[in-house]
Amino acid sequence: MVDRGRDPARTGGVPPRGRNSGLADVARSEVSLRSFLLGLPGVDQVGAELRAAGLGARSIKAAAKLWAIDTAISMVDLTTLEGADTPGKVRALCGKARRPDPADPGVPPVAAICVYPDLVPFAKAALAGSPVKVASVATSFPSGRACLPVKLADVADAVAAGADEVDMVIDRGAFLAGHYGVVLEEVQAVKESCGPARLKVILETGELVTYDNVRRASWIAMVGGADFVKTSTGKVSPAATPPVALVMLEAVREFADVSGTAVGVKVAGGVRTTKDAIKYLVLVNEVAGEAWLEPDRFRIGASGLLNDLLMQRYKQRRGAYAGSQDFSVE
Amino acid sequence: MAESRLAVRKTYKLYIGGAFPRSESGRSYLVAGPEGHPLANAALASRKDLREAVVAARKAQRGWAAATAYLRGQVLYRVAEMLEGRHAQFVDALVAGEGLTGAEASSAVDGSVDRLVWYAGWSDKFAQVAGSSNPVAGPYFNFSIPEPTGVVGVLAPQASSLLGLVSVVAPVIATGNAAVVVASEAHPVPALELAEVLATSDLPGGVVNVVSGRTAELAPVLAAHRDVDALDLAGAAEGTEAELEAAAADNVKRVLRSRRPGPDWSAEPSPARMLFFTEIKTVWHPVGV
Repeated sequence: MVDRGRDPARTGGVPPRGRNSGLADVARSEVSLRSFLLGLPGVDQVGAELRAAGLGARSIKAAAKLWAIDTAISMVDLTTLEGADTPGKVRALCGKARRPDPADPGVPPVAAICVYPDLVPFAKAALAGSPVKVASVATSFPSGRACLPVKLADVADAVAAGADEVDMVIDRGAFLAGHYGVVLEEVQAVKESCGPARLKVILETGELVTYDNVRRASWIAMVGGADFVKTSTGKVSPAATPPVALVMLEAVREFADVSGTAVGVKVAGGVRTTKDAIKYLVLVNEVAGEAWLEPDRFRIGASGLLNDLLMQRYKQRRGAYAGSQDFSVE
Repeated sequence: MAESRLAVRKTYKLYIGGAFPRSESGRSYLVAGPEGHPLANAALASRKDLREAVVAARKAQRGWAAATAYLRGQVLYRVAEMLEGRHAQFVDALVAGEGLTGAEASSAVDGSVDRLVWYAGWSDKFAQVAGSSNPVAGPYFNFSIPEPTGVVGVLAPQASSLLGLVSVVAPVIATGNAAVVVASEAHPVPALELAEVLATSDLPGGVVNVVSGRTAELAPVLAAHRDVDALDLAGAAEGTEAELEAAAADNVKRVLRSRRPGPDWSAEPSPARMLFFTEIKTVWHPVGV
């Protein structure tokens, strides 16, 4: 089932297994970080796209599909990141997160709610007593264009308000200018400010241009202490794509092999249909491995996706197609 | 050298959301002429094709209903113009498919064009006929206005593959509904040719979607689909109506059941069929505000 041998994005130049000191060396200086990142083997672009497309063509039917739908629902980070968000909208979304389909208690709750920092207290209150986590974007989301103290204050604010998870954005400007050390230090500083909260690092792959950059940024984030690497803010197009997810899942697997630490992956933006979601689950299973098929290691950031999952679930269980008005619009 | 020329045979495909896809199932079926000789291959739609058609119809319906009644009339008239321009082609299709004589086929095509013009005229008039300004005992205005029901599933008549089809589809779209049409199973060619007329008539993609296939396979799916608001059983097999009505009851669809034997499609229509697929909305508002 798990076919890893042909992964074109496979990394060959990472420090061998069991030598944790190798990774500590990587973070020691700008020079060592640079030489490590530039030493990573290049991603075969055509091969990565072909493999992602091939895995996306898998046919998942019947009982397997039902399992995939429930698994995907439990991995959703139900997201609202609009200027027009209100406490009322966040409360409504929290209700949906706890019980996605009011008519069917068998539907699992989603993994988390993802909001702006000022709305965390409302989400926290609305989700009290439920397993649903509250995630907050921070560090001047979505552009990340602010000085470090402002970003850290943003993080501290979200954590103080009760956020269980923090979604930070990396400084793409610094990354593209080649200042990898700046990016790493920022991730490390934010990780420290997070305290007990889990850190998701948004790479904004739509702005990183190449798969090689995606791989390098993933490694920076993981070395910096990320609990999750996340594709996108959802504000930039292209957002999550299967080849990008493949490269990130590869990086996460290699990192786990080397350091023994399992980092999660979150795809965000552009995942709208059940079909898309199941494609990503196949990628996760085939590239990172079955251990990643759980909400602590894989997430899908979305808003509209949940309704499509619920409609497909209805169809699978009841036999008739659900209507577009059968589920609340968040 | 005419005899050495390779015949160019047409592939009949579905009409969904303004595009002409094959069935996602890859299936097709042989359409036979009146003597049983092979006539054409048509796509054999699956329930997933039907689902796509409903999604397309739902997407298109809001915009079509929001278009002015005048514009809907203009578009329907345009459909009539385009059909008239392809008169000979449809006559051939009816002669080959249903075994009509040239004169019968010609009169069916004429009737179809006239039917479209008739409904085109109704599109900006039905609200005056079906709506009203209601007298109420108080200082208020009170209006009743007919609004489109939404997405209508249409099982097209099995025998009259063009005139019958036009007679059931035109009243549905004239008032602002979108239609998902299951073409006549034995004679799908005129419906699929009509789809090409619709595609070139300024009718927004998705307002009419045509699928060909087994009515017995598709009708229950359409009837049970919760995103379909109404159902026209003109082409349902005798004896299946009650079952389809039961499936349709899950989301309280409007179901139009035809009497047996089917109506004489060449007879002068009445607005009843059109008004069946509308909902009356009544609004109050105080005078002077």
